[in-house]
Amino acid sequence: MAYDKFNILTSTAVPLPLENVDTDQIIPARFLKATKREGFGDNLFRDWRYNNDGSPKQDFILNNPIYSGKILVGGKNFGSGSSREHAAWAVYDYGFRCVVSSFFADIFRNNCLNVGVLPVQVSPEFSEQIFNAIYDDPNTQIEVNLPNQTITILSTGAKESFEINSYKKDNMLNGFDDIDYLQSMKSEIESFANGLLL
Amino acid sequence: MSKTLFDKVWDSHVVRKIEGGPDVFFIDRHFIHEVTSPVAFLGLKSRGLKVLYPERTFATADHNTPTINQHLPVEDPLSANQLKALEDNSNEYGISHWGLGHQKNGIVHVVGPENGITFPGATIVCGDSHTSTHGAFGAIAFGIGTSEVEMVLSTQCIMQPKPKKMRINVNGQLGKGVTPKDVALYIISKLTTSGATGYFVEYAGDVFENMTMEGRMTVCNLSIEMGARGGMIAPDETTFAYLKDKPLSLKGEAWDKAVAHWKTLKTDADATFDKELTFSASDIEPMITYGTNPGMGMGISKNIPNAEAVEGGVATYKKSLDYMGYHENDQMIGKKVDYVFLGSCTNGRIEDFRAFASIVKGRKKADNVTAWLVPGSHEVEALIKEEGILDIITEAGFSLRQPGCSACLAMNDDKIPAGKYAVSTSNRNFEGRQGPGSRTLLASPLVAAAAAVTGVVTDPRDLL
Repeated sequence: MAYDKFNILTSTAVPLPLENVDTDQIIPARFLKATKREGFGDNLFRDWRYNNDGSPKQDFILNNPIYSGKILVGGKNFGSGSSREHAAWAVYDYGFRCVVSSFFADIFRNNCLNVGVLPVQVSPEFSEQIFNAIYDDPNTQIEVNLPNQTITILSTGAKESFEINSYKKDNMLNGFDDIDYLQSMKSEIESFANGLLL
Repeated sequence: MSKTLFDKVWDSHVVRKIEGGPDVFFIDRHFIHEVTSPVAFLGLKSRGLKVLYPERTFATADHNTPTINQHLPVEDPLSANQLKALEDNSNEYGISHWGLGHQKNGIVHVVGPENGITFPGATIVCGDSHTSTHGAFGAIAFGIGTSEVEMVLSTQCIMQPKPKKMRINVNGQLGKGVTPKDVALYIISKLTTSGATGYFVEYAGDVFENMTMEGRMTVCNLSIEMGARGGMIAPDETTFAYLKDKPLSLKGEAWDKAVAHWKTLKTDADATFDKELTFSASDIEPMITYGTNPGMGMGISKNIPNAEAVEGGVATYKKSLDYMGYHENDQMIGKKVDYVFLGSCTNGRIEDFRAFASIVKGRKKADNVTAWLVPGSHEVEALIKEEGILDIITEAGFSLRQPGCSACLAMNDDKIPAGKYAVSTSNRNFEGRQGPGSRTLLASPLVAAAAAVTGVVTDPRDLL
């Protein structure tokens, strides 16, 4: 599915310094019943965000008007658990284009890259610096520069590089997805399949 | 060059290597279910694409299906809509579909192996993280997202960087009451839920060599819970004996030829791993979890660790214990239990029901416990009846439900109520996993049975 190109993102960020945030928290299973990709942003972090009666939980970060932005900064091992791509859809549909963590779970990271959310893995120290900067000043601007593969806390100038393979980087910069690529090599795939035993 | 089992299977499925990027990776077998496939089919339609090899994809309905009255129309309109979409899409593209009510219907990771769709050396994916189950057969099997489901449907390939390799050895003799589930929960408790992230695991050592195929499936199933994309075990005579004569297994000469090839699928003696860990079977007790991720597990006779003693943030740890209503240093034995869930792709096979029955036989279900016993497939259900297990559990005050994922992820009506404690043989104890506010204690079928008849967390060794 098409997504907006990603180049340089400068935004405030929302801090969620919990570890092991699993995809059941990002979007609980009971919200996976759609047959279309619509409305997942409304249920992002549903059970942390809303009470049973649907009223917002005041102590949850997304309900705190002080914090907003297109960058979500999570704790270590973000996105563990279920392979549901709905979690990445929910993050994107809510309005985040980038998730920052000191460690990502594999499938979630992959899913993000496939739907146009940039996962930026930083050192634990840099992650700490970002949290501190946001808590000091919720209006702190963070720049995520994909062409240069850097993330910068603009108020302090603290900067770190991040990894992304050149193929995926190219896709994100151009808003392409893997299907475009795979379609272009169909005959190569077919001749490979013809050589298989099973 | 020396290769690991993983290298052998991976390398033989790379269609193209991309410089500085992932491999274009060919998929032999693709399972789909009602929850993670509809948007993939929508994508196909909007791009005007076909399914390249419909005979390589297998559909079964399991995630949101009811586990009672399956002959009646599904009441929840959203679930019914997803089930209908799976059926319609399968029909439209010529994909085998084992829907609700079909004799072969059941949990995708139970019916795949029991029908011989899974085979050694295969590459297998599904939009479900517990696809790692099929690694028990020496396959590379892992969960994918919906975008990737669309890729596999349209091109039979996905784009994957090759993971690093880890070998986990467990040697020695397992003690009384210690099951494959306990081995897996023990390893996860040592590695944490991110300890194997970025790796593909091979399980080796005599504990796995001596394990049944069903036990191996339980272990490989839980690989994702230590962060690994998947885990695998070298195929051997146990594997071949299990697969021989399964409905979709190869027959005759083709079978013999395949077995000869499968026998070559083992790690070469001098092959190396990026990481290697070794554990001793004698250190493993029946396990139970006390927190909100599968790494928060311990021997059932132990006390809940102090925040200072665990790896990771104290705040996260305390939030987790708060959610569970537990405290540091609490002992788990004797904790109140409200629900018991036997089932799921982790422990919903016939050996799991045999284990459960071995404890409840001649005893009675505790009055304070609601028990949901959910077979992984109709075939498991049939065996439960055939082997007299149904009589045993009925006599003990339990009843049997119909196949499906059920309370493992509570997408259907099988939801544990808020605040209630469930001893579950499933795979995840995340907050709200089994229903909003539910509290899950992951354990083996033996521990589940012990809780079901005593009404509290109980060491199954006392009842064996």
